Amino acid sequence: MNSIDFFTHRFNTLQGSNGSNGLGQLRARAFQEFNRLGIPSGKNEEWKYTRIGPVFNKEFRMVPTPGDSSLSRTDVDRTLGLPGQKDATVLVFVNGFFSRSLSNFADSNLSVMSLEEAASGEAKQWVAEHLGQSSHYVKDGIQALNTAMLQGGLFLEVRKGVAPTRPVHVYHVADLRFGTNFSQPRILVRLGQEATLQLLEISGRLGDADQDNLSNQVIEIVVEKGAKLEHARIQNDGPRSSQVSTTHIRQVGASYAQSTLISLSGSILRNNVQVVFEAAACEAHLYGLYCLRGTTHVDNHTVVDNLKPQCFSNELFKGILDEGSTGVFNGKIFVRKDAQKTNAYQSNKNILLSDQATVNAKPQLEIFADDVKCSHGCTVGTLDEDALFYLRSRGLSPESARAQLLKAYAMDILEKISHEPIRQYVDRLISERLAIDAS
Amino acid sequence: MLHIHQLRAGIEGREILNGIDLEIKAGEVHAIMGPNGSGKSTLASVLAGKPNYEVLGGSVEFLGKDLLEMSPEQRAREGLFLAFQYPVEIPGLSTTNFIKTAVNETRKYRGEEPLDAVAFLRQMKEKMALVHIDQSLLSRSLNEGFSGGEKKRNEIFQMAMLQPRLAILDETDSGLDIDAIRIVANGVNKLRRKDNAVLLVTHYQRLLEYIVPDFVHVLYSGRIVRSGGKDLAHELEEKGYDFIRQEAGLAEEVKA
Repeated sequence: MNSIDFFTHRFNTLQGSNGSNGLGQLRARAFQEFNRLGIPSGKNEEWKYTRIGPVFNKEFRMVPTPGDSSLSRTDVDRTLGLPGQKDATVLVFVNGFFSRSLSNFADSNLSVMSLEEAASGEAKQWVAEHLGQSSHYVKDGIQALNTAMLQGGLFLEVRKGVAPTRPVHVYHVADLRFGTNFSQPRILVRLGQEATLQLLEISGRLGDADQDNLSNQVIEIVVEKGAKLEHARIQNDGPRSSQVSTTHIRQVGASYAQSTLISLSGSILRNNVQVVFEAAACEAHLYGLYCLRGTTHVDNHTVVDNLKPQCFSNELFKGILDEGSTGVFNGKIFVRKDAQKTNAYQSNKNILLSDQATVNAKPQLEIFADDVKCSHGCTVGTLDEDALFYLRSRGLSPESARAQLLKAYAMDILEKISHEPIRQYVDRLISERLAIDAS
Repeated sequence: MLHIHQLRAGIEGREILNGIDLEIKAGEVHAIMGPNGSGKSTLASVLAGKPNYEVLGGSVEFLGKDLLEMSPEQRAREGLFLAFQYPVEIPGLSTTNFIKTAVNETRKYRGEEPLDAVAFLRQMKEKMALVHIDQSLLSRSLNEGFSGGEKKRNEIFQMAMLQPRLAILDETDSGLDIDAIRIVANGVNKLRRKDNAVLLVTHYQRLLEYIVPDFVHVLYSGRIVRSGGKDLAHELEEKGYDFIRQEAGLAEEVKA
C-alpha cells in the first residue's frame, strides 16, 4: 500500500481502540491537518533542498503496538552503551514507544509517565493545553502525522524549584532485527518554575546494518519562570537512518533554554528547532555542529519567535562537510510588534572539505518592532592558511594540521554539552571522524 | 649547519631578497639587523617554507640537506624552528594537545618512541619553568587572549619542547618590555648547546644585550651589506641605519 493508505489504516486502527479520550480528539484534528498539508515536495520552499518525500514513501514496517519488542536491557546497553549511563536517568523508547521496563528512573525530583497516563490523570488539564502546539511554524504535515498517531509517548515533569539529581538521557532504539522501521516518538516536558533539567536525546539501532529506518520525532518543552533547560540531541545512526526531529521550546516565563544539536551521520536528517518567547526577558541559545561525509544530508531549520520584549537569543551553527555531503541552514527570527529591546544573533559557519560538498544557508529575519538589535552572518570557506602553516612549522603533517584545526573549529559547540561523560564521548567520535590519534 | 648561497626570493612578483650569502655553524648565535623593508622577515619566512614566497635563485643547505626541497613540516622535523613575530591565535586548539602532537610527530620522524602522557608532562613542567609559563596559560586555547609577551614566551616554550638544531627568532623582542625581553632571552640562552644555533632577526639592538651574538649582519635592500661582531650592533645603534644606507649608496655608485 502507498504511504497515505498506510497512515490512514494505522490512524483508524489506533482511533478504533483509543478514540474516545482527550488524545483521540487531538489525533483526529492532527490527522485532518496531515491530510490537508501532506508530506512536502520539493516545491515547498522549506523543503527545497531536502527531498523527504521518497523517504516517507519507502516500505517501512511500523511496529503495531508498544511492547511488541523482545528487547532486554542488555540489548539496549549494547546498542547504545553510552558512558555516563550510571549517573543518568535513562528513559528508553523502542521503535518510537516509551518502554517503562527498559528504563531506569529512580529520581524523586523527576516525574515520568506515559502521555496516556498524563492525559487522563492529575495533569490532564495542563496536557490538554500544552500538547500539540508545535506545528504552528510549519507548512507541512509531518509534525501533524506524529500527533495523529500519538501512542506510547512520554510525559516528563520537573516540579517547581527542583532539579533532578541526575541528567536525563532519552534513548531512541530502533529494533531492526525483523525488518525496517518507521517510528514516531513523542515527548512532552514541563519544566516548573525555578526548576532545572539536563536532557540528552540520542538514538541507536539494533539489528541489521543494511536496514533502513525513519524516525519522526517531536519533543515539546514548556519552560516556566526562572527555569533552566539544557537540551542536546546527538545523531549518529549511519547512512541508512533518516530522521525528522522537531524540538519545540516554549518559554512561558523569563527563563533560560539551550539546545545543542550534533549531527555526525545519517541519510537525510531534518531538524526543526523552534523557540518561542512567550514572556519577556527570556534567554535562549541554539547550537549545532554537523560533521558530515559520504552523502549525508543535514537540514537545520530554526525559528526564534520574539513575541515579548527584552529577550536574548543566540544561534551558532557550524558545519564541516566532506565528500558528497550536503547541508542546509535556514534560521528564521521573528520580532513581533511588541518585542522591543530584542537582541537576536545568528551565525552559520561552514567549512567545505571537498568539491562535491555543498551547503545552502538562508537567514530570514522578520522584524516588526523598531528598537531591536539583530544580526545574522553566514560563512562558507576553508581553513585559515596562516594557522595551517603555523602547525606545519611545528612538524605537523598537512593532514594532521587540518585535523587539529577542524577539531578546534568544532570545540566551541562541543563544549556546550555540560555532562562530562557525554561530552568526552562526542569528542572521541569527532576525533575519530577527523582521524586524530586520541592517544 | 646552515649554508645560504646567493638566495633570491620574493612574493607577488616583487623580488625582496637579492642574493643572500650566510653561513651559520653549530654553537653560534647570529643576528640579522636592518631597517624596515630590508627583507628580514622575508628571510625568516623563506627559510621556514612559508607558502606564497617564491625562491628565484640560490640555494640553502641545512645539516647537509637541501632545505628548499623540503616541505615546512619536514624542515621542522629536521630541526628548524621559527619563532613567529605574530604568533597565530587558534581558538579551540588546546595548547597542550598541540605541543604533544608536534613533539611526537617529530620524534616519529626521527625514529624515536613517542612520549607517553607521564613523560610528556614531566618534560612540559621542566620547560615551563624555563620561560616562566604558567599551567593556566597552557590549558587554554593556543595563544587565545595571550598578551604579546605571553605569546612570545609561548614560542620559546615550544622551542624548548621541540629542541631544534636551528632556531630563527623573528623580531621576538618587538612589542615587549624589558622584563619580558629578559625572560625570553634567558630562556633562549639556557637552551643553547654546542650542537644547535640561533639566528636572531631584529630591528633593535636591545635584545642583543641579553642574547649576545657571535656575528651581526646588516641587511639592506635584500642583501647583507655588512657583517661583524657584536660591536657592529653598537655602531648601528649609535649611527642609525642611515650610515648603512649611505655606505650602500656609495657602493652602488662605485659599482656603476
